[in-house]
Amino acid sequence: MENELFILGDHACALGALAAGCNFFAGYPITPATEIAEYLSQNLPKNNGFFVQLEDEIASICAVIGASWAGAKAMTATSGPGFSLMQEAISYAYFTETPCVIVDVQRSGPSTGQATYPSQQDFYQARFGAHGDYESIVLSPWSVQESFEMTIRSFNLAEEFRLPVILLMDGAIGHSREGLLIPPKNKIKLIERKLNKSNKFPFETIDDSLVPSMLIFGKDFPFMVTGSAHEKSGKRNYDSNIHTENIIRIIAKVQNASNKIIDLELKNVEDADYFICSFGVSARPSYGAFLKLREEGYKMGFIRFKTLWPFPNQQLRELFNKNFKKIFVIEMNMGKLSREIERVSHGQIVSYNKLGGLVPSIKEIYSFIKEEVE
Amino acid sequence: MKDTEYLIDKYLQYLPTTFCSGCGNGIILNCFIRALDDLELKLENILCVSGIGCSSWIPSPYLKLNTLHTLHGRAIPFASGTKIFNNNLKVIVFTGDGDGAGIGGNHLIHAARRNIDLTVILVNNAIYGMTGGQFAPTTPFASITSTSKNGHLEHPFPDLCKLVEASGGSYIARWTVYHPRELIKTIKEAISHEGFSFIEVMSPCPTEFGRKNQLSLVDYLRKFTLKETEPGAIKVGVFKKEIKPEFSRLLRDRK
Repeated sequence: MENELFILGDHACALGALAAGCNFFAGYPITPATEIAEYLSQNLPKNNGFFVQLEDEIASICAVIGASWAGAKAMTATSGPGFSLMQEAISYAYFTETPCVIVDVQRSGPSTGQATYPSQQDFYQARFGAHGDYESIVLSPWSVQESFEMTIRSFNLAEEFRLPVILLMDGAIGHSREGLLIPPKNKIKLIERKLNKSNKFPFETIDDSLVPSMLIFGKDFPFMVTGSAHEKSGKRNYDSNIHTENIIRIIAKVQNASNKIIDLELKNVEDADYFICSFGVSARPSYGAFLKLREEGYKMGFIRFKTLWPFPNQQLRELFNKNFKKIFVIEMNMGKLSREIERVSHGQIVSYNKLGGLVPSIKEIYSFIKEEVE
Repeated sequence: MKDTEYLIDKYLQYLPTTFCSGCGNGIILNCFIRALDDLELKLENILCVSGIGCSSWIPSPYLKLNTLHTLHGRAIPFASGTKIFNNNLKVIVFTGDGDGAGIGGNHLIHAARRNIDLTVILVNNAIYGMTGGQFAPTTPFASITSTSKNGHLEHPFPDLCKLVEASGGSYIARWTVYHPRELIKTIKEAISHEGFSFIEVMSPCPTEFGRKNQLSLVDYLRKFTLKETEPGAIKVGVFKKEIKPEFSRLLRDRK
């Protein structure tokens, strides 16, 4: 691998997967995620991995989960419509606690929408698309560099917490070329799967982390996995108490570690009268507007959500626990991050909702906010 | 035949099964473990993947083997992922006519097309049994089912084995639960065959299909036991056995 590249966001994501030790990719072409599959089709076999393009997105995510149980660090990549198809299997991955990475390079919807234009519309689908109760980890990069780094982080979090991790990219970053600095291999920290050496129970919690160690088919001894309600041995069991405790544990294993997982970029929040909140590609012009307004003397604070879920309820409540005037939320959807922020704050939330598959400009965000503060 | 007590101890757990009286699933489970025992494979290298439906409960939880009980219609892609990543695993898929040829139909034809080394045992009882007897893609025209109380208006697939053959499957067979000895032999051959093996097993569902259509088990399977020349006979046997490039090996050789 080269050290310094000028590269597509999608390719940076693929490189991140390789750097993380990804050795299985199953996918289906969809704009604007196809380039991830194309890059891995060339480079996974060279790096001791398996690439397979399957008949649809459902087959892809199912193969990823199967491969994970055979020991693979597995990933798939898609966009909104494909992500919708995968939700049943994602529910299966949450409940069977299968580590894997799912990349959603968001495009403008709903439905087929503006296939080649970006959006940030899958904010809630990434968290609540799968049926049932579970907690999610969703990451949001704003650059080609972060597409690389957060793919690695996605694999690490998947292995550490034994769940499917969603990398929520967007078509603007996915299809943009920027500089990428790849650190030397020994500087990239990887988290490996915690394997069960002693007992045959794939769902037995062994320590405070509440994350069970995992078994691999074909390794030491046979074991069972099912998507039905199950006990710690993996056997189907509909007992209400056992099932309730299992769900509570699956949620707690992520929520208890949320301080470790949550990643917010904060600028000038201590003396802020106003907050500008954003994520992904929208955060770029939002940051530009923030700097400009700050220069003009407005006490702006900037909050960029590098992780979207678990949602930083506590962190935001602390940040907003003071007198401030307004919170601006900039996003390329009809108001999703703003709903969450409203839930955990008081005061006025002002939403800037950019649709039509367009990335807002610094100028329009600046003008919008300027009008609101005068 | 091997001692039953010994086979139960070695391969089975959580008995008795929950299959209905007269269901063919128990016979299929029986034939499967006899076939496995003859093959003398390493137990930890065997993986049974199933979907959702009565036949998907054949391996899970009763087999003391690796079992992966997945989603309705999706056993084949889950199995494909495991096989591609670790092709030392002997992967057997248990599915039904609804699970495998209805919702899972697309995955069936593509796995056959790729000739990936899986053994798919598709238990065909011509109905969706588990959910209370709705019609399936294999339910005969005019049948009474819970969603066709006045008679089913669709025609079933003429022949699932021909469907898999047309898709590129390399080992294809059909038996019924009235052919246990042949079935054991075929299961052994199918597992040993390196390629996409497909065994359709005709099996009765007296509780749902039988009751609603006033059809006895014997009558239901009779046409599969007739001689080829007799009127109404449906062929059983091994229809195809072909050696051709296998998908997981091709992927492995490419690296």
